[in-house]
Amino acid sequence: MITIDTISKKYGKAEVLNVDSIKIPTGQSFGLVGNNGAGKTTLFNILLDLIRPTTGAITNNNIVVNQSEAWKNFTGSFIDESFLIGYLTPEEYFDFIGDLRGMNKADVTSFLSQFNEFFNDEIIGKKKYLRDLSKGNQKKAGIVAALMGNPQVVVLDEPFANLDPTTQIRLKAIIKKLTENREITVLVSSHDLTHVTEVCERIVVLDKGNVVKDIETSTETLQELESYFSV
Amino acid sequence: MISHFLKLEWKQFVRSATFGKSIALKILMGFFALYFIVTFLAIGVGGYFILKKEFPDSDPLQLVNSYLLFAILGDLIFRYLMQKLPIMNIKPMLTLPIKKSKLVHYVLRKSSFSFFNIMGLFFYIPFAVVLIKEGYNTAGVLGWLFTMILIIQSANFLNFIINKNNIALGVIGTILLSLIGLQKFDIVDVVGYGGQIFDAIYANPIYSIVGVVVLVVLYQLNYKQLRNQVYLDAAVADKVEEANTSDMTWADKLGDIAPFIKNDMRLIWRNKRTKTVFMMSFLFLFYGLIFFTNPLIIEKMPIMFIFAALFVTGGFTLNYGQFIPAWDSSHYKMLMSQSFRYRKFLESKWFLMVAMTVILYFLSIPYIYFGWDIFLMITAGAIFNIGFNSLFLLYAGSFNRKRIDLTKGGFSNMQGTSATQFLIVLPIMGIPMLLFWGFKALISFNAGIIAIAVVGILGLVLKNYIMNFIEKKYIKDKYAMINAFGKEA
Repeated sequence: MITIDTISKKYGKAEVLNVDSIKIPTGQSFGLVGNNGAGKTTLFNILLDLIRPTTGAITNNNIVVNQSEAWKNFTGSFIDESFLIGYLTPEEYFDFIGDLRGMNKADVTSFLSQFNEFFNDEIIGKKKYLRDLSKGNQKKAGIVAALMGNPQVVVLDEPFANLDPTTQIRLKAIIKKLTENREITVLVSSHDLTHVTEVCERIVVLDKGNVVKDIETSTETLQELESYFSV
Repeated sequence: MISHFLKLEWKQFVRSATFGKSIALKILMGFFALYFIVTFLAIGVGGYFILKKEFPDSDPLQLVNSYLLFAILGDLIFRYLMQKLPIMNIKPMLTLPIKKSKLVHYVLRKSSFSFFNIMGLFFYIPFAVVLIKEGYNTAGVLGWLFTMILIIQSANFLNFIINKNNIALGVIGTILLSLIGLQKFDIVDVVGYGGQIFDAIYANPIYSIVGVVVLVVLYQLNYKQLRNQVYLDAAVADKVEEANTSDMTWADKLGDIAPFIKNDMRLIWRNKRTKTVFMMSFLFLFYGLIFFTNPLIIEKMPIMFIFAALFVTGGFTLNYGQFIPAWDSSHYKMLMSQSFRYRKFLESKWFLMVAMTVILYFLSIPYIYFGWDIFLMITAGAIFNIGFNSLFLLYAGSFNRKRIDLTKGGFSNMQGTSATQFLIVLPIMGIPMLLFWGFKALISFNAGIIAIAVVGILGLVLKNYIMNFIEKKYIKDKYAMINAFGKEA
């Protein structure tokens, strides 16, 4: 259960985010859409305690994120390439994150073996540093790292951007499988309306920092969103 | 079109990371540049008179000429190691309506004005001016100078044709070594023959035409070679390093901090700038030689010994420590969203600094040669570096707000430097020097050394307490650091 309570963020006089209240129950797949500058990444950054809100607080499974760091133990996230360590190979990066999340080498290896298909032979054993991988492959590595250590909450900012079509489809399957048992909460933001409507059961639309729509996904949702954004 | 290019160059220069943003840094770098220019000018102007004084029997110009051959080969090797054609600059222009030939000409001509080509002129031009003033044949000197410029330019283009080909380097190296050998064992008078070539140019300046022909041919070869390679998968390709991985399982013995230690060692080894810092720390080992061999300092300013003693073992701690945690700035956000005690991150940095200081201390044992007093000073300095400086630098690091981009080059890269770096020098160097000075004046030399060591030991004893304090400071400043490190440097 994630509770977003009267969160706002101001830079000087400009308000970039103002969300009254959003409650995300455990096990929900939650989608965030909006144009550039709508405040999607800001909201995620506040959720991860990477920036401080001007007002309000976010509670992640009963933990107020900027008061205790206990949420880090069950929250996996990938925001952008700055979450990668460029001078490591993907394997070393996974080992490093695994170490921090209490996995030993064997755990990491068996965990990664689930993603062989997703990696499509482009990540493991390539003798390349992360900084030299293509944007799409960097993203693959980052997403999988976010899933390490059995997180209860997974936060992915624009996970579909830069991925090839096959990987997009595979990622959708992974996200769906995560929320299958209603134990893992997944938060995804995207510019791609088709993808979010497909994987998320609930979609919130942000515009200039405000929530303008909060819909339970149905067969009409895609159309509704398209007509909203086409103005 | 050229004016467009020049405007871009100017912007690239002014906005480059090396150039920095703060005015203090610009002034400092300006001084450095000025210092080097003045030094070279001084050598150029004074060279004639120095040679005349040292070797009154020979002609200074002939003397210079006789060793030019070695200088040219040395220059080629130096270029081979350091100079690279700045071809990547034209990547954004490949899709614009500009002819490829124009781009290639631009890149090549631009290389003519590179630092490597200008540097030598600071010697040759003033030297030539002095020669003319001293009554040498003007036409001859100008022809000679013209040839020198042609040779520099030819070396410039020859280097790009060689283009990091190791066989070519071997050939040049072998030629240079065999020339030195031939001279040394009096088999062939290389110096004499080499000198005659350049003397002939002075006598008949018209010979310099040969240089023009060589230059034109080399330029054309370069142009042809490059023109066919202006493709993203040829010359304009990003170089991808092959990763060399090692498990470093031995580091697992270090327990909790092992993942960070492993990470830091990879950070140091796989990035140019950190690698330079690491290598430099071994060079600092020799820093003491400058001081300890100078009888003037021994008499007048023994306090400077403390300064040197600190540097001998502290090269790594000082150079690496002052930029903690900016080394991790590019992925700082990620670290902050992971679950670990901040303490472990700090402990690993501390461990690294201490371990390197201990290693450097053992390597400094030969300083015993200069007497036990000197070695005791180094010992006290090492204890101070371990006990006080490593903790102090960790604390000072919490004030770092400048991002460091690890992918940028190593040498003379000032990225991440701010007022913090200038301020921290005061306690790091000042405290031990003051302690030594005070206790030596009041009690004795030994008391001065003991005082420094005691402060270091005190730091070690109180380490846990101080670490708690530092940890709190880092946690408090977390958001400010995330924000600052997120900005482009």
